[in-house]
Amino acid sequence: MDIKVDNLSISYSDNEVLRDISFHIKTGEIVTIIGPNGSGKSTLVKALSRCLKPTKGNIFLGKDNISRINTREIAKKLAVLPQIKNVSSDISVEELVSYGRYPHLSFGGRLTKEDNEIVAWAIEKTRLADFRKRLVHTLSGGERQRAWIAMSLAQKPQVFILDEPTTYLDISYQLEVLELVKELNCTLGLTVIMVLHDLNQACRYSDRIMVINKGKLCEFDTPDRVIKKSLLRNVFNIDADIYSDETNECPYFIPKKI
Amino acid sequence: MDYDNAKGKGITKGLILIVFVCINVISFLMSMSNGAVNISYKEIIEALFSSESTVNYQIIWNVRLPRTIVASLVGTCLALSGAILQGIMRNPLAGPNTIGVSSGAGLLTLTVLILFPDFYNLAPLGAFFGALLATLFIYFLAWKGGASPMRLILAGVAVSSLLGAGNNIIMTFYPDKVSGVIGFMVGGLSAVNWKHVSMIWPYALIGIALVLLIPNKLNILMLGDEVAIGLGVHVERTRFFFIIISSLLAGAAVSVVGLLGFVGLIVPHTTRIFIGSDYRYLLPATIFTGSTTVLLCDTLARVLFAPIEIPVGIIMSALGAPFFLYLLRRKGEY
Repeated sequence: MDIKVDNLSISYSDNEVLRDISFHIKTGEIVTIIGPNGSGKSTLVKALSRCLKPTKGNIFLGKDNISRINTREIAKKLAVLPQIKNVSSDISVEELVSYGRYPHLSFGGRLTKEDNEIVAWAIEKTRLADFRKRLVHTLSGGERQRAWIAMSLAQKPQVFILDEPTTYLDISYQLEVLELVKELNCTLGLTVIMVLHDLNQACRYSDRIMVINKGKLCEFDTPDRVIKKSLLRNVFNIDADIYSDETNECPYFIPKKI
Repeated sequence: MDYDNAKGKGITKGLILIVFVCINVISFLMSMSNGAVNISYKEIIEALFSSESTVNYQIIWNVRLPRTIVASLVGTCLALSGAILQGIMRNPLAGPNTIGVSSGAGLLTLTVLILFPDFYNLAPLGAFFGALLATLFIYFLAWKGGASPMRLILAGVAVSSLLGAGNNIIMTFYPDKVSGVIGFMVGGLSAVNWKHVSMIWPYALIGIALVLLIPNKLNILMLGDEVAIGLGVHVERTRFFFIIISSLLAGAAVSVVGLLGFVGLIVPHTTRIFIGSDYRYLLPATIFTGSTTVLLCDTLARVLFAPIEIPVGIIMSALGAPFFLYLLRRKGEY
């Protein structure tokens, strides 16, 4: 399922954080949003995940305007993994994942056999089968993030938004999470939109990169066309040498100085 | 797929729930039987099912039964109110007393009782409106494009202390009338009759009905606002709805027993220690543990220094606090 954004602007009181942003994300794409701190990328993600209402403009999920259609109907197609999540100390992986079925449940509903199968499938997909009875808060950071991804998968979404899914994880868990996202994209055809801080990881795992700076969309293209010396200088304020990663067929850079 | 383990967990929680119900029934009977005059269980049953107007019959029907029912419902209302507030605020310290809902109910009731004693009958109405107004005021203060739990709690604490000051001002200006409302201030059940039963049962019923309908939503809200929005919950709308319900529950309780503190804060928390934080089990359990707590404390209040009765609120705090601390320490969570 694709996402189309038309002339999106968002203001907090008088302060315009996003200005007139338009783009189209195609079905099955992985798009990474990058930008310096305070650029507005988190605001954009919050608008896409309908935590913030657009001040102007529209966001379409397929044909549906996400601020017009019943939010629960949206939740059946669009899953969001926010940065701030909370889990009680006595919730098991399986229970957490089963919450992902919430938008599909009927009023006051209980999990059906089909729901339970989907929960089991999501746990399987995220390789958490051995952990499903474990309490979420006893898991390591990477495993816990996978449990949350499993919860999102249980929504059976077509579009998956992840806000800085690798923050606070060590490097092997970061790769693990990104590999998992890539795999879900390939095998399930999920459209993925994520925010990453590590630009090299963004190059490696994205089909296209969107650069947000000072509330405006300044680039939206394939990694090799976006990651240029001039962009790194202008947007991120660093001088860098750019190389080509032959193994992963993507550009990478080494920062030199500020 | 093998789900035995998950089922096992459900069964364990079901058993705990049944134990809570049994303890509740026992404490109900204890409350009926103990007091200034002790009546055996056999005599209780005889009095309940006979039409002979014996002394026991009079005591049971006119004093013990309404008092026991009210104590039970008050416990349920306050505990449910606290459980719901703790869920929507994601904060174990939230409760009708800590966020100002009770003091709002108290202030209006006190105003009626002391300044307009002729309108004594309107006091319960005052409790409702007080609770509701306090809630709306908290919302107004906390609103900033949305009401985050943290801002709600901070606003609630401030409003609570503001309204508490209002209570104190009234009492300072009318010292001669303070003795008449002392039972209201600490929470007491001594003058309870059938009128009070009819005042509280509809609200208790609404509370219990909701419990059967909404636990999933509370579970989802516990995951965080953004997660809940992602799962298709109207977070602001839902939170407002629940906060109104819990303030009505608390208002109903305040209108019949006064400012009975502590139940709304500690009962849900204690229940959570036993049955876990899954609201599908926690809310039904809270119905019974809340009722049990107030019943037991009220029975103690009657028999401890019989024939003198002490207000149930004093027993509640004196016994509840140490018990609660013991549980927390034993669990080693804090």
